[in-house]
Amino acid sequence: MPAEPFTTVHGRAAALREDNIDTDIIFPARFLLITAREGLGRYAFHDRRFAGDGQAIAGFVYNDPRFRAAPVLVAGANFGSGSSREQAVWALHGLGVRAVIAPGFGEIFHGNCLRNGIVPILLGREVVTALMDRAEAGLAFTVDLAAQTLTVTGEDPIPFAIPRERRLALLNGWDETDQVINTHGADIAAFEAWQRRTQPWLHV
Amino acid sequence: MITRPLPSGAGRPRTLYEKLWDSHVVANRPDGSALLYIDRHIVHEVSSPQAFVALRASGRRLRRPETHLGVADHAVPTRERGGEIADPLARSQVAELEANVAEFAVPYARLDGPEQGIVHVIGPETGFTLPGTTIACGDSHTTTHGAFGALAFGVGASEQGTIMAAQCLPQQRAATMQVELVGKRHPLIDAKDMALALIARIGANGAVGHAVEYTGEVVSGMAMSERMTLCNMTIEAGSRIGMVAPDARTFAYLEGRRLAPRGELWDAAVAYWRTLPSDPGARYDRVVTLDVGTIAPQVSWGTSPDQTLPIDRTVPDPAAIADPVARREAEKALAYMGLVPGQRLDSVAIDTVFIGSCTNGRIEDLRAAAAIAMGRRVAPGVTALVVPGSAATRAQAEAEGLDRIFTAAGFSWRHAGCSLCVAMNDDRLAPGQRCASTSNRNFEGRQGPGGRTHLMSPAMAAAAAIAGRLADVREFV
Repeated sequence: MPAEPFTTVHGRAAALREDNIDTDIIFPARFLLITAREGLGRYAFHDRRFAGDGQAIAGFVYNDPRFRAAPVLVAGANFGSGSSREQAVWALHGLGVRAVIAPGFGEIFHGNCLRNGIVPILLGREVVTALMDRAEAGLAFTVDLAAQTLTVTGEDPIPFAIPRERRLALLNGWDETDQVINTHGADIAAFEAWQRRTQPWLHV
Repeated sequence: MITRPLPSGAGRPRTLYEKLWDSHVVANRPDGSALLYIDRHIVHEVSSPQAFVALRASGRRLRRPETHLGVADHAVPTRERGGEIADPLARSQVAELEANVAEFAVPYARLDGPEQGIVHVIGPETGFTLPGTTIACGDSHTTTHGAFGALAFGVGASEQGTIMAAQCLPQQRAATMQVELVGKRHPLIDAKDMALALIARIGANGAVGHAVEYTGEVVSGMAMSERMTLCNMTIEAGSRIGMVAPDARTFAYLEGRRLAPRGELWDAAVAYWRTLPSDPGARYDRVVTLDVGTIAPQVSWGTSPDQTLPIDRTVPDPAAIADPVARREAEKALAYMGLVPGQRLDSVAIDTVFIGSCTNGRIEDLRAAAAIAMGRRVAPGVTALVVPGSAATRAQAEAEGLDRIFTAAGFSWRHAGCSLCVAMNDDRLAPGQRCASTSNRNFEGRQGPGGRTHLMSPAMAAAAAIAGRLADVREFV
């Protein structure tokens, strides 16, 4: 579905100083029985945010009023590894997250971010660790996707890279299905004709 | 016009992955990505509802309905089959899938039918999974189908919507990694031990960005079930793609399956599939060699699959880990797992055992577990489940009498489904419960909030059920 065009993000950053935050931690499986994609923000990091009795767990970054609505998340390596559940991204989006900075991402999660208006920013571990310090100090972060820069207020911009097609789709709010069909309709038909000829068993 | 070399064409030696990639490029894109044709798509109840919503909202139909296969596996109860599902959310999710497959004319393996089962078990069993194809599913363990020499990977719901409408997906080409398995294994060491040992060595993100191909004499000697286990676990090393080149064993497995080609088409397909294996001299971006002769039965001790050790070791001491990040991760894992540094792994008591999942729910897995369980009893206080990966696997096991071996030993014998692998159906751990599991993820809360998971092979899980603690299966023969 077409998304809102991605505009420059400006605000606080929440720091999550852990590696291997998998999509089961971001969105526990039992909530996958919900088939809506809206309103999932309340389940983001659910078992880290809330104890079994529903009480907020002190010390978790999204329970800190300063970071509750932070549009940027700075996390450890292999963030979003594991399950392909797109609910992990919808939940982060519902929480208000528009950019995630980490020294590594789960690949499926990374792709899901790009299709849902969240920019995954891959940077070296040392840079990310330094950014966690800035985030915890409450400094403001600015993510400019068009310029592909991340800026902590008062510091030099840090460049990052998002492939051109993905960048344009995010900036314009393009829907991938529309784009593929509108741009490549003839290519798809030509491919199918070729495949039917060379591998007919796939077209019975 | 793009050139699309057949696997037997092109001058330069190519790997299996390169051949699969080249033969599915619909168009190259300016930023180096490509539009890839998707031959097969498996649809389950949990990840597909939003994709159908998007399809309906756009007013589109499925481009090729016959290339999809629907089944309910994740949310379904496994205690009984045929009645109404008790959990209203699970019931409505399955009902939504059934309405969607009916509206969009998707072939469906119905819940009480003979072809129901876990997506990654029934794809191969029905012959839906074929060499040389691209296969997608809204499930990260789609890597499993790579065991047939297919390019198979997990996708999100948005990507599923694109596949449904366009039969294509924009993709970045991966780097290639060869994992060569050599040496002679102990008879009780299986593909799960090898996969866990590999992940412990290269890390849970060790294969990110790479398409992994498993090669070597150990792999060519493996049954398809073990190749599937290897490929299945590849995502736990961070890669979306694990593959084994198709060979005579692959063809023998597929011949005669309901959806496999027949007659002249079968012959033509096999001739094509024989051209898929990596060419001599083809180069991989990375090569890892694992001597399986040195591998002991593996168990995970932490909350990431790379936190795994041989069963004859002790729980690691974080203080002895030099790297500060690894140390902090180990401390976090031990706190969650309730383990003490220095404790022998084979002294860790368990209360639950799960044998099943897309990793280890096939007939060969059940046979390996039954061989250990036969004539023995599940330890007092231990709840042990055996959950076949498919209805067909269950029927085969019953024909062989495996169900009677399990139930006589005190195991619960179930219908097919994801069950205790995923904590979104009737089977969940309670906080603090500890499970010896043949599934694929030991993540926090994976088997239920506060639940503790130790990953291992089917034979090891059966040994743990009998011993009431993590146990070395080599002591059970």
